[in-house]
Amino acid sequence: MINLAVKPNVIWAVGGIFSLLLLASIIVSLLQWRNPHKDYRELRLRVNSWWGMIIVFTLAMVLNRRLSLVFFGMVSFLALKEYLSLIPTRRADRRVLVWAYLSIPLQYYWIHQEWYGMFIIFIPVYAFLFMPMRMVMIGETKEFLRAASTLHWGLMVTVFSLSHLSFLLALPEDRNPMGGGAGLVLFLVFLTEFNDVAQYVWGKLLGRHKIVPKVSPNKTWEGFLGGVATTLLCAWLIAPFLTPLSMPHSLIIGIIIPIAGFVGDVVISAVKRDIGVKDSGSLLPGHGGILDRIDSLTYTAPLFFHFMRYFYFQS
Amino acid sequence: MNRLLRFLFFGVVVRIVVLCLLGLNVRHRERLPAQGPAILAANHNSHLDTMVLISLFPLRLLPRIRPAAAMDYFLRNKLLAWFALNIIGIIPVARKPETSVDVISCRASKPIHPLQGCKDALKRGDILIFFPEGTRGEPEQRAKFKSGIAHLVEHHPEVPVIPIFMHGLGKALPRGESLLVPFFCDVFVGEALHWSGSRVDFMLNLEQGMEKLEGEGEFNKWE
Repeated sequence: MINLAVKPNVIWAVGGIFSLLLLASIIVSLLQWRNPHKDYRELRLRVNSWWGMIIVFTLAMVLNRRLSLVFFGMVSFLALKEYLSLIPTRRADRRVLVWAYLSIPLQYYWIHQEWYGMFIIFIPVYAFLFMPMRMVMIGETKEFLRAASTLHWGLMVTVFSLSHLSFLLALPEDRNPMGGGAGLVLFLVFLTEFNDVAQYVWGKLLGRHKIVPKVSPNKTWEGFLGGVATTLLCAWLIAPFLTPLSMPHSLIIGIIIPIAGFVGDVVISAVKRDIGVKDSGSLLPGHGGILDRIDSLTYTAPLFFHFMRYFYFQS
Repeated sequence: MNRLLRFLFFGVVVRIVVLCLLGLNVRHRERLPAQGPAILAANHNSHLDTMVLISLFPLRLLPRIRPAAAMDYFLRNKLLAWFALNIIGIIPVARKPETSVDVISCRASKPIHPLQGCKDALKRGDILIFFPEGTRGEPEQRAKFKSGIAHLVEHHPEVPVIPIFMHGLGKALPRGESLLVPFFCDVFVGEALHWSGSRVDFMLNLEQGMEKLEGEGEFNKWE
């Protein structure tokens, strides 16, 4: 028997997620069966990609912690690579980009060492100071400020923000007897992604009033508020099983996650609109690129992490 | 032994580099030929171009896939020549006709056409990888196509030519650099072109086919 690295509640939660996914697949099949002439390929692709993502995510989470860190490091790598492939980089900065990529294994190594002090300043301080120095050594000054700032913004989003997800795994397990670190990650990722889906579905059903028409014309107030209500309910229901959150705190988190998730989504939308692309890539059929999928997490992960750390994991 | 090494190289090393380190966005994969003879005419920015094109095909077709490559560059020393001929499986093309006489035929009396190797490959039913620019040139800038490919198709009018536009590989590993920097790369496969009866027409069709493919994406200038 494989020794699983997670608590029983996490296994139950994973079971719940797979049941939801199965339900989604059945609904798509039923829709197709009832309206044989309508094309549901996009929806089907989306659900199939969810299966792939959730299977890989589950394996990475439950087998062991080191594997989880490697998995999250890979996600950061894919996201940074997608970002650097989208933005106009300078030819002179080729070698600087290699250093940017190298910050990923280092950042995740600090997490493996549970070295919070280094984890929290490595990208905002050391990488921030180092990259421009390396660029000066090359000597190209044309578009210097743009190159230095876009590179650091990318590191903050795809490496720094996202790695907060992994540091949840490094928090002391005994403070969360219900779910452990994996329980926190699962709680955050599920609420963030389910909120995305809920905002989309409510928007499709009731959407009328555009919320940020210039950035993301498909986002509506109805979708946003429907998402907040759905996520609030989920947070209240799930928190006792996976997290140490008190009831009032679970409600606050149930509000923070949908708002932050929405903001993360539209911020990446604004970046894509600036560059002039619709999807950030084509890695996930039906979704677009990896940035399209993790955009909300880049906002929810740091906020959730620091909320938890402040209220529950201070020494 | 060399055949096994070639399988391992393309089945393991190239796949890891191309799929994990780089990552491809392939459009219209279904337009790739399922069997030879065929010519893949691609733009050329990097040594990675050949690796990426070969990785688009299933491994069982590997023995059939032959890149045409410059003899003066790839056969300049013994080790590189062994690697290029046996592992990459290139068909050497003499960019300057006179060298072909010395190296290939060892002082044959009658000069051999520089593209003779490519013609033989098409006759055998191979899938030929051809870079009509002739050289990698400046990264992510397409040079004018040379007409050698029209000569080939004129001799093999039944062979389809599939234009393929690639972007990003010149950023990942441009000419003169040895450090690979990961980037997602685009590969757009075009519709097959056929011999149209005149070289000028054919070259025009090919250039237009390539421009159309390039127009499918949004690409920033890289400087």
